[in-house]
Amino acid sequence: MKIEKILLIGNPNVGKSAIFSRLTGAKVIISNYPGTTVEFTQGQMMLGEERVMIIDVPGTYTLEPTCKAEEVAVRMLKEGDLVINIIDATNLERNLYLTLQLLEKDIPVIVALNMWDDTKHRGIYIDAKKLEEYLGVPVVPTCGLTGEGIKELINRLPEAKAVKTPVSSDSQKWEKIGKIVEEVQKLTHRHHTLLERLEDLSIKPLTGLPIALGIIYCAFWVIRFMGENLIGHMFEPLFEKLWLPLMMKLSAFLVEGSFLHHILIGNLIDGKIDFGQSFGVLTTGLFVPIAMVLPYIFSFYLVLGLLEDFGYLPRLAVLVDNFMHHLGLHGYAIIPFILGLGCNVPGALATRILEEKREKFIAATLMAIAIPCMAQIAMIVGLVGQRGGKYVAIVFFTLFVLLVIKGLILNRVLKGASPEILVEIPPYRVPQALAVIKKLWMRLFSFLSEALPLVLLGVLFVSILYTLKIIDFLAYLFTPVLTGLWGLPKEAISALMVGFLRKDVAVGMLGPLNLSTKQLVVGSTILAVYFPCIATYIVLIRELGIKDTLKSTSIMIVVALMVGTLLNLIL
Amino acid sequence: MIIDLTQMQPGETGIISEIQGGHGLIRKLQSRGIRPGKRISKVSSHFWRGPQTVEIDNLQIAIGFGMARRILVEVQR
Repeated sequence: MKIEKILLIGNPNVGKSAIFSRLTGAKVIISNYPGTTVEFTQGQMMLGEERVMIIDVPGTYTLEPTCKAEEVAVRMLKEGDLVINIIDATNLERNLYLTLQLLEKDIPVIVALNMWDDTKHRGIYIDAKKLEEYLGVPVVPTCGLTGEGIKELINRLPEAKAVKTPVSSDSQKWEKIGKIVEEVQKLTHRHHTLLERLEDLSIKPLTGLPIALGIIYCAFWVIRFMGENLIGHMFEPLFEKLWLPLMMKLSAFLVEGSFLHHILIGNLIDGKIDFGQSFGVLTTGLFVPIAMVLPYIFSFYLVLGLLEDFGYLPRLAVLVDNFMHHLGLHGYAIIPFILGLGCNVPGALATRILEEKREKFIAATLMAIAIPCMAQIAMIVGLVGQRGGKYVAIVFFTLFVLLVIKGLILNRVLKGASPEILVEIPPYRVPQALAVIKKLWMRLFSFLSEALPLVLLGVLFVSILYTLKIIDFLAYLFTPVLTGLWGLPKEAISALMVGFLRKDVAVGMLGPLNLSTKQLVVGSTILAVYFPCIATYIVLIRELGIKDTLKSTSIMIVVALMVGTLLNLIL
Repeated sequence: MIIDLTQMQPGETGIISEIQGGHGLIRKLQSRGIRPGKRISKVSSHFWRGPQTVEIDNLQIAIGFGMARRILVEVQR
């Protein structure tokens, strides 16, 4: 039979993606399964002379689906020609359940016994030959991280076969698995390694909470330290020494006051270009995303990638579970929040891991309102920070209080209860440099390719609005809210307008307005709260549906009105 | 004696005797290796009816309090 489509199927967290990237080339496409929001990745590989498609099917525990992702996995099974069943060798018993289910289907199967290297220091010995005899299909030990066994896996693909075992009940399967495991696997005593001791300490509440606080504190300290130094010692000097002279020449050439000068260079401040305040496409438009935001994005994603690959995040989810229940969520909802700190778009996408509609709605709404993205944080730190760290703290503290209050209210108001957490806690693994760098690069690339055009568009948009005097009209229209409730000058409307496109540019636009410290704090907070950026909004519509997104939007507007007014009164 | 998972002490080990719940819950737990007859040890439990962490087959799993109460375990005391 001709093989055209190979499916990688396995439980979650078995290193499926690592095998996938070993098998496929650089061209990889991530897409949504038709009619669902479940994502899957596909790529290509050469099998002899033939080009075959490889699909990384969403992780599943069973072929009797218990959630959306598992439904998709089952549906995809019907479209494939061959299954590579990836199982975690350190957890044979649980993984074999899916294997036995696969063997009942009419599709050739080959088993990759992954995480083979881990078995050695965990004191697990598996007789792969014997396992092969029991299952009746090829079994190849692999290690996705190092690439060990991948060649053999490819070589033995033609040996894959459909055994079509008679359909058996759950308990018959478990009985069979028990027998197989007893025969092929031997456990020897394993000594507790340092990492395993750390695992225990970081999941027990008494030691886990201080460790969590310590890790979060260190993470932010490192992010800030790296961000500040990259800006101060690298990006700012680069712009000032290399780009500024060039721009000054261009400015002289275009002549101040001309339309092109206005668009490209912006306004001269005291006869000079000020990257923070000129607001031309080539000046502020490039300076904000590259010199003010990119360094923080880089450091944030580096730290996040390390924490992810180390395996810390599920532990954090367990530790905050209790607290999150008060907000109508369970602990795992901390993942969209943390991702949202980098960029709200992946944060909104990550609400998918939550099972119920109610949870998704609460998590998405809370994140969109109270979790500022790293681009915005960088700008707030840069701008408000000039007036003193205390004021930065006020902005973030306000957002945190908002998060809690809104969660408490939504949890009360919305029908239903928050579901319970059931999450696997993977062992700690020392992150692989290559994997961390690869992920970091992908994230930086998507920031540059998605955010940069929007930033430039935003700056252009403002220039045009100013030129056409639309801003003046809007400013006049919104004066009662802006000045009356929030105590901001009416010119701040331009920042609010741009905030629909990009939050970082919007915060930056508060800079040239000569605001008092109080106005700056109020303005930055409102910009964080009133509306997510357009990119996030599109994802919200896709994930929540129009009706829920509108509900969420009205909450945002009400909250922005109230918080702005309150801060204006209190401060 | 038979107790539920939340009543186990951290460090204590027992054998799962029964899961009281609907088909969905049983399947969900089963596919993660939690089923009658399995040896399970408690790693920790969190304050105020928080999640219970257990170890089963070398793997740690955190289970919400309500769910954990439906897992009955035979322990030697």
